[in-house]
Amino acid sequence: MATVTIPKKSVAVNPLKQSQPLGAALAFLGLKGMMPLFHGSQGCTAFAKVMLVRHFREAIPLSTTAMTEVSTILGGEDNVEQAILTLVEKSKPEIIGLCTTGLTETRGDDMEGILKGIRKRHPELYDLPIVFASTPDFRGALQDGFAIALESLMRELPQPGVTRATQITILVSPAFTPGDVQDVKDMVTAFGLVPVVVPDLSASLDGHLDETYSATTTGGTTLAELREIGSSVFTLALGECTRKAAEVLESRFNIPFEVFPSLTGLDPVDDFLQGLMDISGVPVPAKYRHQRQQVQDAMLDTHFYFGRKRVSLAMEPDLLWTWVHFLQSMGAEVQAAVTTTKSPLLEQLPIETVTIGDLEDFEQLAAGSDLLVTNSHGKAIARRLNIPLYRQGLPIYDRLGNGFFSKVGYTGTTRLLFELGNLFLEQEETKVRH
Amino acid sequence: MRLTQGKINELLSESACEHNHKKEGKGKNKSCTQQAQPGAAQGGCAFDGASIAMVPITDVAHLVHGPIACAGNSWGSRGSLSSGPTLYKMGFTTDMNENDVIFGGEKRLYKAILEVQQRYNPAAIFVYSTCVTALIGDDMDAVCQKAAEKTGTPVIPINSPGFIGSKNLGNRVGGESLLEYVIGTREPEYTTPYDINLIGEYNIAGELWSVLPLFEKLGIRVLAKITGDARYHEVCVAHRAKLNVMICSKALINVARKMEERYGIPYIEESFYGVEDINKCLRDIAAKIGDADLQQRVEQLIAEETEKLDQALAPYRERLRGKRVVLYTGGVKSWSIISAAKDLGMEVVATSTKKSTEEDKARIKELLGKDGIMLEKGNAQELLKVIAQTKADMLIAGGRNQYTALKAKIPFLDINQERHHPYAGYEGMVEMARELEEALYSPIWQQVRKPAPWEEVLV
Repeated sequence: MATVTIPKKSVAVNPLKQSQPLGAALAFLGLKGMMPLFHGSQGCTAFAKVMLVRHFREAIPLSTTAMTEVSTILGGEDNVEQAILTLVEKSKPEIIGLCTTGLTETRGDDMEGILKGIRKRHPELYDLPIVFASTPDFRGALQDGFAIALESLMRELPQPGVTRATQITILVSPAFTPGDVQDVKDMVTAFGLVPVVVPDLSASLDGHLDETYSATTTGGTTLAELREIGSSVFTLALGECTRKAAEVLESRFNIPFEVFPSLTGLDPVDDFLQGLMDISGVPVPAKYRHQRQQVQDAMLDTHFYFGRKRVSLAMEPDLLWTWVHFLQSMGAEVQAAVTTTKSPLLEQLPIETVTIGDLEDFEQLAAGSDLLVTNSHGKAIARRLNIPLYRQGLPIYDRLGNGFFSKVGYTGTTRLLFELGNLFLEQEETKVRH
Repeated sequence: MRLTQGKINELLSESACEHNHKKEGKGKNKSCTQQAQPGAAQGGCAFDGASIAMVPITDVAHLVHGPIACAGNSWGSRGSLSSGPTLYKMGFTTDMNENDVIFGGEKRLYKAILEVQQRYNPAAIFVYSTCVTALIGDDMDAVCQKAAEKTGTPVIPINSPGFIGSKNLGNRVGGESLLEYVIGTREPEYTTPYDINLIGEYNIAGELWSVLPLFEKLGIRVLAKITGDARYHEVCVAHRAKLNVMICSKALINVARKMEERYGIPYIEESFYGVEDINKCLRDIAAKIGDADLQQRVEQLIAEETEKLDQALAPYRERLRGKRVVLYTGGVKSWSIISAAKDLGMEVVATSTKKSTEEDKARIKELLGKDGIMLEKGNAQELLKVIAQTKADMLIAGGRNQYTALKAKIPFLDINQERHHPYAGYEGMVEMARELEEALYSPIWQQVRKPAPWEEVLV
């Protein structure tokens, strides 16, 4: 049981967290034919876009209602309308994900009313879903915005339908990379199940070369799939922040769900595969039995280097949960845990304290540890403290292949064991005198 | 400095900016006062612009008064480098929450300034307002003044809410604060007849370091860099320079013009890109300073450097000759990169003129020749169309178009503020040639364009 502390200070130094709209955009970007639209000034979009482009090294569709001082005072209805019409004409999206920002939430634009008005004036938009997420910048963090968008999607798009025995819905938290999502899909299909993954970043931001240019996302969950979610037999909620979206599906269609807060480490993967076996009635495929033997062997090889290592973590709550448990399962200790926003998970963490703070707090708490795990902003801290850095979370600017990286399943766990094991091994070797 | 509508209009209609000169005698060119189009706009906001222009001052703590998006999504991602202090690379923000929005953020801001001063002891604190803090009416100027009195550290307000306009306006808003609160607040230890300021050069990828040694060799002293790799105190003494040299940008033209008004410092507009332009820059500075001896030293240096450069570039010129380039970038950079590309024997077949002034456009026309395409506006789609039309070999553009080009399997070179290679000065030319050659001749292009052997070939 962890005590959650929030340092009393008026200034955030080297912020760890990003804004809610950025999180909502990330969730929306896992849908096919999507154009996310921020209702705010153009900088809100530009900053989010630059960060996502640099992290994923992909073209990122993201647009703005380009609010000005005058339109803020008069209200943003005209700008929202004009933005939607322009996007329909120029980018031809199949779906638009609309988010508010700090500016328009402070002003208090009545978004439901605005959307209703637009629908009334433009019957030609009848077939175009516009999913709305209220995501003020002055509340929460990336993970919260992501969860809000996911919840809106589950509220608005799935339709009731006849239950299909093999179709399951998989809701994915931002703690999972496109590579993670791909591996989850592979595991699930190996049991003969047909997954509908929301958001499916493995098809949009995984980094693949398309034949033609498109102004919107070229892959991801399709509208047809989203509408058919009412026919799923079960919902797998991956990462705690997807729980609310799973509850929406439960209350709308009576679809049972289970939350898997992590898919890294032997126990979480065992539980996940057992769950898939229970749902499908199909025994665990031989491939995974073999991978399990590999991960156990990797644990034997690497445990010498993990034992009693002190690791400091700064990341969003869902990802933090994964890392704390994974490290402890290998005999490493968590020296410091810093996170961005509140979550029911935090108090349940098997460590003494967790700090909702910034990278200044992290730098103070992490001094003297053996390894830092956080995003690329940890680089300067790693240099100052002379501690190696393993990059996780967002943004990661100084490593390639962020969309490809995977840490889930037995293979993902094995990869992580070797990568961290090698870091520790190298560190020990440099300490030995020759 | 209160940012009134009058002030904004003054900045938007900056008289020294050719954007605001008569367009062929038919009214004003509206490009500065143009409003961003909902659904189509791609650029940054005024806060972004103010940050780009001010954050390069390295020993200053840059504190953003607003909710997390403004600083949280952008800090530490800019490409300007420092030869010393790293404080400017840290992200400071009041990270306003809902309570602050409802009850006002002034108290939090005041405390935040004191905390930053105590913990980091910066040369000065620059405080940036954002959309939300402007909208709720926080009196930032008063808070800054009070905090400055309390701490004894200069606390400079920069009224840069994103919604007042574009990046360009934001640059100028930043410049206004320098004029109002920084420039002229200190005296240099000594002055020389060869003191100049560089304005609008941000030391992206360390570009200044290929240029400063040239000035040093010539005996020209750069008194203040505004603002690449600058220290706060050098900006304070900028008013004692004999000449302002604006580099490649109209961004801080208000600073140059008002320094001329207030302190009688003349200014010239120059570029560091391409042999011709760097030569011209050095000659113009020497001519303006009006020292025959210096002019002779410049000629000697140009002769030496040009010869060295010709040797260094020879192998690249061979490989780059006749390659066709589409250029997509803003303002003055257009023509200066065209002339750099021409130096290398490359052919610029199309270029953007969206942010260019009439004077820029005239120069571009001259450089491009009659077949060159001038892109008035554009998006990724149109850009790809032009590349296909002109059978261009590569795209030179800002980072945001990088993946437009790469995904279309077209070689790409980044020339904007996020880039990692310095292209300024004589050394920069060699670097640019090397990068261009590398991009064009990479063995990957035929591989990524190759269809799978099991796929039917379309005849």
